[in-house]
Amino acid sequence: MSAPTALKKSGPAAGASKRKAGTPRRAGWWLPYALLAPAVIFELVVHVIPMVTGIWMSFLKLTKMFIANWGNAPFVGLKNYQVALDFDSAVGIGLLKSFGITVAFTILVVGLSWGLGMAAAVALQKAFRGRAIFRTLFLIPYALPMYAGVIAWKFMLQKDNGAVNHFLFDNLGLPGDKPFWLIGDNAFISVVIVAIWRLWPFAFLMLMAGLQSIPTDIYEAASVDGAKPLRQWWNMTLPMLRPVNMSLVLVMFLWTFNDFNTPFVLFGGSQPPAGDLISFHIYNASFLTWNFGSGAAMSVLLLLFLLVVSGIYVLFMNRRKDNA
Amino acid sequence: MHDTTGTKVFRIVTIVLLSIFTIIPIYVMVISGLKPLKDVQGSFSWWPETLTIQPYIDMWKTVPLADYFVNSVIVSSVATVLSLIIAIFAAYAVSRYTFRGRSLFSGAVLSTQMLPGVLFLLPLFLIFVNINTNFGIQLVGTRVGLIITYLTFSLPFSIWMLAGYFNGIPRELDEAAKVDGCGPMRALIRVILPAARPGLVAVAIYSFMTSWGEVLFASVMTTDANRTLAVGLQLYSTQTNVYWNQIMAASVVVSIPIVIGFLLLQKNFVAGLTAGAVK
Amino acid sequence: MKLRTFAAAAAIAALAITATGCSGGSSGGSSDAGGKTLTYWASNQGTSLDNDKEVLTPELKKFEEQTGIKVNLEVIGWNDLQTRIQTAVTSGQAPDVLNIGNTWAASLQSTGAFLPFDDAAFSAIGGKDKFVKTAMDTGGIPGEDPTSVPLYGLAYGLYYNKAMFKDAGVTPPTTWEEMVAAAKKLTTGDVHGFALAAGSYTENSHFAFINAAQNGAEFFDADGKPTFTSDGIVDGISRYLDLMQTDKVVDPANAQYDNATNAINDFANGKAAMVLSQNNANSSIASQGMAEDAFGVVAFPAPAGGTDVATMVAGINMSIFKNTKNKDAALEFVKFMTSEETQATLDKPFAALPVLSGVTPSFTDNAELAKTFSDIYENKSRPLPLVPAEDQFESTVGKAMNQMFATVASGGSVSKADIKAALTTAQQAVEAAG
Repeated sequence: MSAPTALKKSGPAAGASKRKAGTPRRAGWWLPYALLAPAVIFELVVHVIPMVTGIWMSFLKLTKMFIANWGNAPFVGLKNYQVALDFDSAVGIGLLKSFGITVAFTILVVGLSWGLGMAAAVALQKAFRGRAIFRTLFLIPYALPMYAGVIAWKFMLQKDNGAVNHFLFDNLGLPGDKPFWLIGDNAFISVVIVAIWRLWPFAFLMLMAGLQSIPTDIYEAASVDGAKPLRQWWNMTLPMLRPVNMSLVLVMFLWTFNDFNTPFVLFGGSQPPAGDLISFHIYNASFLTWNFGSGAAMSVLLLLFLLVVSGIYVLFMNRRKDNA
Repeated sequence: MHDTTGTKVFRIVTIVLLSIFTIIPIYVMVISGLKPLKDVQGSFSWWPETLTIQPYIDMWKTVPLADYFVNSVIVSSVATVLSLIIAIFAAYAVSRYTFRGRSLFSGAVLSTQMLPGVLFLLPLFLIFVNINTNFGIQLVGTRVGLIITYLTFSLPFSIWMLAGYFNGIPRELDEAAKVDGCGPMRALIRVILPAARPGLVAVAIYSFMTSWGEVLFASVMTTDANRTLAVGLQLYSTQTNVYWNQIMAASVVVSIPIVIGFLLLQKNFVAGLTAGAVK
Repeated sequence: MKLRTFAAAAAIAALAITATGCSGGSSGGSSDAGGKTLTYWASNQGTSLDNDKEVLTPELKKFEEQTGIKVNLEVIGWNDLQTRIQTAVTSGQAPDVLNIGNTWAASLQSTGAFLPFDDAAFSAIGGKDKFVKTAMDTGGIPGEDPTSVPLYGLAYGLYYNKAMFKDAGVTPPTTWEEMVAAAKKLTTGDVHGFALAAGSYTENSHFAFINAAQNGAEFFDADGKPTFTSDGIVDGISRYLDLMQTDKVVDPANAQYDNATNAINDFANGKAAMVLSQNNANSSIASQGMAEDAFGVVAFPAPAGGTDVATMVAGINMSIFKNTKNKDAALEFVKFMTSEETQATLDKPFAALPVLSGVTPSFTDNAELAKTFSDIYENKSRPLPLVPAEDQFESTVGKAMNQMFATVASGGSVSKADIKAALTTAQQAVEAAG
């Protein structure tokens, strides 16, 4: 999505001569295609063809009666979609709730991760003794294999034996009973925190890289003018980081909305409704009930939603850029 | 230029809070891996009554962790190398040539990031199975299948980042090489790749981490023969016991190579991002 | 120049692929051309996957010596087993022989991917009559040729801590009411009368079934249609839930026990006086340092006047994939695994009840324990619904109960109306999938 914007900016290769209509093909015209071929082949095999197959599956009654011989599964048209979108039935309500939870989850995780990443990037912008240590430290959660980090959190979030409750109640001495973090409504808070813990270092990394490409002399000029730090940040840093932010927010949005790993590892087989993120919901709808047609239909709906949101986002961002 | 008090306070508070947030789970992981099983099943304590390295010894037996380690290393390395080679070619084409379908390609590649994994998990599995039936190439339950899957996962971001990086390399350089009689491939290898080293490192790190940490596809596509660490780690919760201390110890062990590698190369990574994706 | 570079790159890529391909090995493939190799997926029955391998490998060797058929073993954890079976069914890339949870038998049968045991197949493995009828009944949908045969038998029992019972002056319960009374007496301070795996949807669905069966209620009618909302079911679930909600003999923390092990550990560590568990718990209890004579087992009691059902027929069955190229070898292997000799070797390490008629239990040296479990298994058991939608029953009802326990544990209340509403939702989900 952000590729066209990123790539367009730099423009076509200056050295490559443009072929005028009607002139014979330049020798070696096939070279770029040959260069792209391996990438295209792998993308076709792993992404495009499976996606088309998935869309096709969403029109089939692909339950356990047919899965062994899935070529013969009956075509049911839009029935899987009707069931998924019938918000009076258990299946539709479940999907809608999961969607709502995922929207809230995404907004919180992307927003807070961006905020933390920005704060850390700005705090570490100026050189000071020990800066490298903190920069390294902050990047560890990103480098850690995700399942290792999430399992550690799962261990910490147990009710009686977990570090979180031990800290809050035994160390800080909060009154009341130790709450559950992995079941019930608190599960939502847990999955948000764990997802932020994993994601914010990425925002930090990108923003830090972005800040490095801002020339320092503009700050010096500004501080001579007496601009306050917050104003500086708002008037100069933020606009300069615009290109970074544009792709960063979109990428984080897509990753977070599609996040399967965090709830899968955190909750395992018994995910609470409050942590029922949509990818995990669809996975359960497919594998737990062996209803792959219905699961495929839900996935296609998710894909459409992401397409529309990303499309609007890119259009909106490009327009604002043109106006600016 | 001087910092105001507000700036200083902001900086200190941010750094302290984020450090705590970052460190605690890592600390818990490390310390719990050094506790006996009875301790991790009881109330949490910040410092164990008895320190033991027993979990680090037992974990290799509870689950054939060493085999999974080998699988993960092979799968991730090969996927990274192949992904890098393919991405270099594609990025070179996108960066240096104008051709019909160029923007279509760029757009299509990046939009694969949108695909929900669950949508193409089963179809991909079926395609692998069909390839096996029709061409006799075993993909499910082998490392090759995982390698193909993972290299493709990191490909879009890699192409995008590398194309950005290549764009930042002055065209005069490869023009000059061409004048000296180099063909386009030679210009790529002789001129562009050396100049793009930080970008290549960044892309390689990204690919490696993507493969090393993938769970969803690994849970369906792996068997005993090719199980990766991501799935293997879950096997510590068997029917009869949940070996938390061994899980934590194993987590530490599987994290160490990648964390160290990442931290050693982070400068390159940041430089690669700065020139490539961020621009 | 160009070409050479390309060729080099291609060669490197090809090398890398083939190099890893060879070492990757191939399991999951059906057979050698000679037809002398079987692939077998075993479920995790021992204390770890490695332990299972250690136990099974000598037996497989023995089989190879007897028949010349080599068996490639893969032990699969319970977290993965269902997914792996699904993908195998879908793709046809399947092992020749595999273990299944016997409660899945009817669901898996309906996929049509498994070999039905007709008369010929049965006679090839030594006859249908060699199996205990209770166990054989779980083989598949009634009235059709079953697609699985019993391998290991398991049953739930009520484990109690002898010393705690003696100190409190209570005797092992014979009715639900006695059990609750005893549990209340035993709940003091940090110790609770009962430990439950209240966050495990499989355990919860099992006890939804058992408690409903004690009320004479069924989850599916004769036509295989779900009847989740009948009064007997709602009352049964409510009774089970009340152990935590109104009787308060269960630590609310149990609501996050998503694995039977957690509850058993509490019992073994003296945090709970009673626990419901299948008979393979002994090794876990022992591993926590509780001696085998420190606990006793009785049948999980029904309320006074209720139907005497103490367990569902739990256990592991064996199935053969229909597309096996080695049908005869596979049958030979099933025959071997279900032979008296092999069973005698495996029942002990896997703590399994015999599935063969006329065999005395050998899973424990404690004769009383063995007798209790045999009695429960043979006389006080019912198979879980033998319908294709059984797996959906487990996941929907079990998960609904997880949520009920979570609500109770975090201070809320769950009324019978709430239970009925949750079951209605579960039933709708099952109907939609059918």
